Amino acid sequence: MSENGATPDRVSAGSTGGTGPAKRIQGAENRRGPGGGPPWMGAAMPAEKSMNFWPSARRLLRTMRPERIKLYVVLVLALGSVTMSVLGPIFLGKATDAIFAGVMGKLFPAGLSLSAAVDQVRGRGDSTYAEVLAHSGAVPGHGIDFGHLGVVLLCAIGVYFGGSLLSWVQGYLLNGIVQNAIRRLRTDVEEKIHRLPLPYFDRQQRGELLSRVTNDIDNIQQTLSQTMSQLLVALLTVVGVLVMMFTLSWVLALIALVAVPVSMLVTKFVAKRSQSKFIQQWRNTGQLNGQIEEAFTGLELVKVFGRQKEIQASFDTKNQELYEASFGAQFVSGTIMPLMMFIGNLNYVAVAVVGGLRVASGAMSLGDVQAFIQYSRQFTQPLTQVASMANVLQSGVASAERVFDLLDAEEQLPDPVSPARPVQMRGRVEFENVSFRYVPDQPLIEDLSLVAEPGHTIAIVGHTGAGKTTLVNLVMRFYEIDAGRITLDGVDIRDMARADLRGEIGMVLQDTWLFGGTIRDNIGYGRPSGGAPGSEGVAAGGATEEEILAAAKAAYVDGFVQALPNGYDTVIDEESSNFSAGQKQLMTIARAFLAQPSLLILDEATSSVDTRTEVQVQHAMAALRSNRTSFVIAHRLSTIRDADLILVMDAGRIVEQGTHTELLAAHGAYFELYNSQFSAAIEEDVVA
Amino acid sequence: MLVRVLRTFLGPYKVWLTIVVALQLLATLSALYLPTLNADIIDKGVSKGDTGYILATGGWMLLISLLQILCAICAAYFSAKAAMSAGRDIRRALFNRVGTFSARELARFGAPSLITRNTNDVQQVQMLVVLSCTLMVAAPITVVGGIIMAVHQEARLSWLVAVSLPVLTLVIGLVVWRMVPQFRAMQAKLDGINRVLREQITGVRVVRAFVREPVEEARFDVANRSLADTSLRAGRWAALLFPVVMLVVNATLVALLWLSGHYIDSGTMQVGEITAFMSYLMQILMSVLMASFMVVMIPRAAVCAERIIEVLDTHTSVEPPLTPITELPTHAQVEFRGVSYAYPGAAASVLSEISLTARAGTVTGIIGSTGSGKTTLISLIPRLFDATEGAVLVDGINVRELEPELLWGRIGLVPQKAYLFSGTIASNLRYGNPEATDEDLWAALDVAQATEFVVTLPDGLQAPIAQGGTNVSGGQRQRLAIARALVRKPEIYLFDDSFSALDMGTDARLRAALKPATRDATVIVVAQRVSTIRDADQIIVLDRGDTRADGGVAGGGGAIVGVGTHDELRLTCPAYAEIVTSQLSAEEAA
Repeated sequence: MSENGATPDRVSAGSTGGTGPAKRIQGAENRRGPGGGPPWMGAAMPAEKSMNFWPSARRLLRTMRPERIKLYVVLVLALGSVTMSVLGPIFLGKATDAIFAGVMGKLFPAGLSLSAAVDQVRGRGDSTYAEVLAHSGAVPGHGIDFGHLGVVLLCAIGVYFGGSLLSWVQGYLLNGIVQNAIRRLRTDVEEKIHRLPLPYFDRQQRGELLSRVTNDIDNIQQTLSQTMSQLLVALLTVVGVLVMMFTLSWVLALIALVAVPVSMLVTKFVAKRSQSKFIQQWRNTGQLNGQIEEAFTGLELVKVFGRQKEIQASFDTKNQELYEASFGAQFVSGTIMPLMMFIGNLNYVAVAVVGGLRVASGAMSLGDVQAFIQYSRQFTQPLTQVASMANVLQSGVASAERVFDLLDAEEQLPDPVSPARPVQMRGRVEFENVSFRYVPDQPLIEDLSLVAEPGHTIAIVGHTGAGKTTLVNLVMRFYEIDAGRITLDGVDIRDMARADLRGEIGMVLQDTWLFGGTIRDNIGYGRPSGGAPGSEGVAAGGATEEEILAAAKAAYVDGFVQALPNGYDTVIDEESSNFSAGQKQLMTIARAFLAQPSLLILDEATSSVDTRTEVQVQHAMAALRSNRTSFVIAHRLSTIRDADLILVMDAGRIVEQGTHTELLAAHGAYFELYNSQFSAAIEEDVVA
Repeated sequence: MLVRVLRTFLGPYKVWLTIVVALQLLATLSALYLPTLNADIIDKGVSKGDTGYILATGGWMLLISLLQILCAICAAYFSAKAAMSAGRDIRRALFNRVGTFSARELARFGAPSLITRNTNDVQQVQMLVVLSCTLMVAAPITVVGGIIMAVHQEARLSWLVAVSLPVLTLVIGLVVWRMVPQFRAMQAKLDGINRVLREQITGVRVVRAFVREPVEEARFDVANRSLADTSLRAGRWAALLFPVVMLVVNATLVALLWLSGHYIDSGTMQVGEITAFMSYLMQILMSVLMASFMVVMIPRAAVCAERIIEVLDTHTSVEPPLTPITELPTHAQVEFRGVSYAYPGAAASVLSEISLTARAGTVTGIIGSTGSGKTTLISLIPRLFDATEGAVLVDGINVRELEPELLWGRIGLVPQKAYLFSGTIASNLRYGNPEATDEDLWAALDVAQATEFVVTLPDGLQAPIAQGGTNVSGGQRQRLAIARALVRKPEIYLFDDSFSALDMGTDARLRAALKPATRDATVIVVAQRVSTIRDADQIIVLDRGDTRADGGVAGGGGAIVGVGTHDELRLTCPAYAEIVTSQLSAEEAA
């Protein structure tokens, strides 16, 4: 579309008409937020997004895929421990039987055979007792066989010990699996951040994004640790007990089985309601986190502008919303346990009634019904557990969806498969008919062409907002151009890998950015592709102490750092409030010095540095610029007078270009700009 | 700490908690009654095939069960209400407390940690309350009831309870005790994750420009692994809890059978009592097991409570006066009397012995080398910090004695870093004066030389602004920040190097427009460029103690090395003359 000059215009004209009303609607939505809240909320988060529970839950499970072998082991262990826990009561029952047999045996004289004793009892007309006695295994005349009892109880202890051991190993492994999956999830998010296009960050509130990594992932972790193990054991128990029930009586088993669909219905009913509340809860948490982050970041302004009450009011509103959502979520999910218990009791009564009828009609023995009733208790208990776990999962999946949303956000264009590199890096930058706009219907740079010859210093001047920084953003490929192309030594920068392109460019930005670390680490940050980072001084990369020191000296950082008690080991605090803006700028300059790039971009690099220091830094920078193509943006024209080429920008276009002398002689825009800046100075006679 | 947090923040919801306790009591008693009915159904109904009895008792059982779930659901309602209300109140208390913090306290905790504390830590405490509301009533009642019944049944066997209960308590206590340090580390490491990510997002351009993604990934990986390792360790202890408790419970049952065997054999106990005693024992131990679910949550919540209390117990180093002065004469004059400032713990002071007076209707320029304390000096006026020595006075009153709102109401600050809040241009401009009309906004934009670009935006005043103002250029941001201060119409203007991102033409026009707009105000301007302050009524030249001597190495703080007008200082103040000379090269060439 770059070939045809008319096309972009037509396209943009059409799209303006098309997006106009939509934009207005969106704008109306934006203003709905309390206290003129962040305008992007509507755009970034479609209203009332419903949850795709199963796909998201499956995706969450897939995060554990790399450890699926361990997961199978866990499954087997769980199976083992469930079996053990079912076996345990059987041994205990045997022990009771042994005691019972002893008691029975004592009632009859020694030497009497058991069948004789049974007959004796039956003779008394007590047939039930006789039946019991017949199956008790009692030896008349013998009391409790403690040897036998001891063996049975030892077996019970063994089984219980084994069960606990298996359950522990299973919990231990599962914990590892979950923690690893969570760690990978956090890594995925972090890596995603490096692949997101820059405009994404212009739209998204920082604290909201952070909440997804801290609060949401933490919630996922807690959900998984809580549910995985219990869910597994509960499901296996349900199956095991069901098998036992069917072996006893399929009629009763079918009645008990009715509890399953009923429970599912109830769970579904509750989960559906808690789901939307959980979604709200975690969304509100994110938004509140965003508000908090922003308020704490701009705390001084909040205070000095007397905004505390308003900030508090909007915090209270969001806080109240979070309260309502989390209260709703908590209450709704709190009803599931009582409801399931009720179903259990219902089931119990039904089994008792039908069982009673069957005993009466002689279809089942009393003992079997009794056993069955015990099993039906054992059956509904894990069912309740499964139901409540399903509900806890709603919360986890609601969080997971927020994380997946971020992971699925549109990324910047991937690097070409076989990235090109200039054959010889000379530093020739060319813009060919480049057009770019941040906002579709707001033209910024239109059909711009320019050439920066190798080793030249290109100064960009113009009024604020003329597009100077944008030009730099485009060279760095922070944003994708809409039309035309930008080449580095003849290679379209879009054909290069971003890392290769940016690795050639050193940049000092208007906004200083230092991270919470030592001064040494912060300067060392500029050394490209250092060795494998260790845990200590991880950011220092490959720079040696001498190189850091040399860069620090060149950027006049050394002076004030030496004066600090800890020198280069001084830690820049998280808010970097312990250094002045000028000092921070000098440190970022040192960083660029260390990078030794082929191309240099200086965007208002020294705006907060006092002019005496600046003169000295300029000196060092001039040395750095020699033999390097450099783009310099500066308001102090003194810093750019020696530039090989000065580009005068206005409203996204280059209105003039040439050297300082040429441009002054041309009496054009530059001349005007220059005069407007210096006439005052000249009139006021600064010159002594 | 946890107790303190709970007492403070659950206090107002005592009534709800009482209701929860009453309801849970009822629910628990119903739950305890149900097994008796169970037994009746079997003994009197099923065994005799008496369907009528089964139906009658079954109906009664369902009725009790209905009562139980009604109580449980109501209890869930009130406990959720109490827990979430407490959570909401803790968040509000934290937010408001941090709102009073000065930069010093903010730096001490670090914003990322304060943010985690305000959301995640509160969440943990909240969840503990919910869980304990469900269990704190049922568990003790069941245990006590079970013990009474068990002792009543067979006093000789009750020593089994006397042994296994303490063993269980010991086991649970041990695990909890081992978990606490893990969770303490865990919350701190969550802060670490928050910090690294926040830095990455803020510095996304630099990270990309320097192709530092691999380094950042490694840096994050360190924080991430460290968090995962801690969670892993905490999780391992938690994984141990359940099996061990189960083992103790089951071992107790086995011991019960062995002992009962002996008692029965000696004829001092009935067989039927085994089953009864067993069910009571199970009841007791299951409650303990249930309680252990709650107990695993305690360590983390306790650590979170500590962290919450730590913030709530921190008082700002810039304390508001006890009996504030609430009125000021209208002419706002600013005076520094022998003011020094040093960072806590720092040997060298940032400012030393500063004395100056800035009168209403005058402009005071402040110029000086990088790191000479210009920003600090300005920050002392709105009490972003307090002077370590000397006094800052507004209208002759020490700022420490003024009501902070009154003081701030007088001040329009344009900070060095032109930070804008997410919202629109209008919402940012109205930041200091919500009542301002659109005309007021446009007037301020006119003075700030910003009208020109605001009108070109499709949404004009309603154009969206991203957090920090990252979607407008540096110069535009600065002009909006200036306009924001102008809309406030304050009596004291503090411009902290606020023209640095402006080209000189805009700078000159802006200053020209500012003059009438701020005619009656006290204006203090920090600048790097002489041209910005050359018209000032007085210029204060700050310099670090020994900067001039050796070209940069400074030990002492910034001190005033010259006061006067531009013309006076050029002749009398060598430091000022040097600054002027350093800026001449350009002008000379013109």
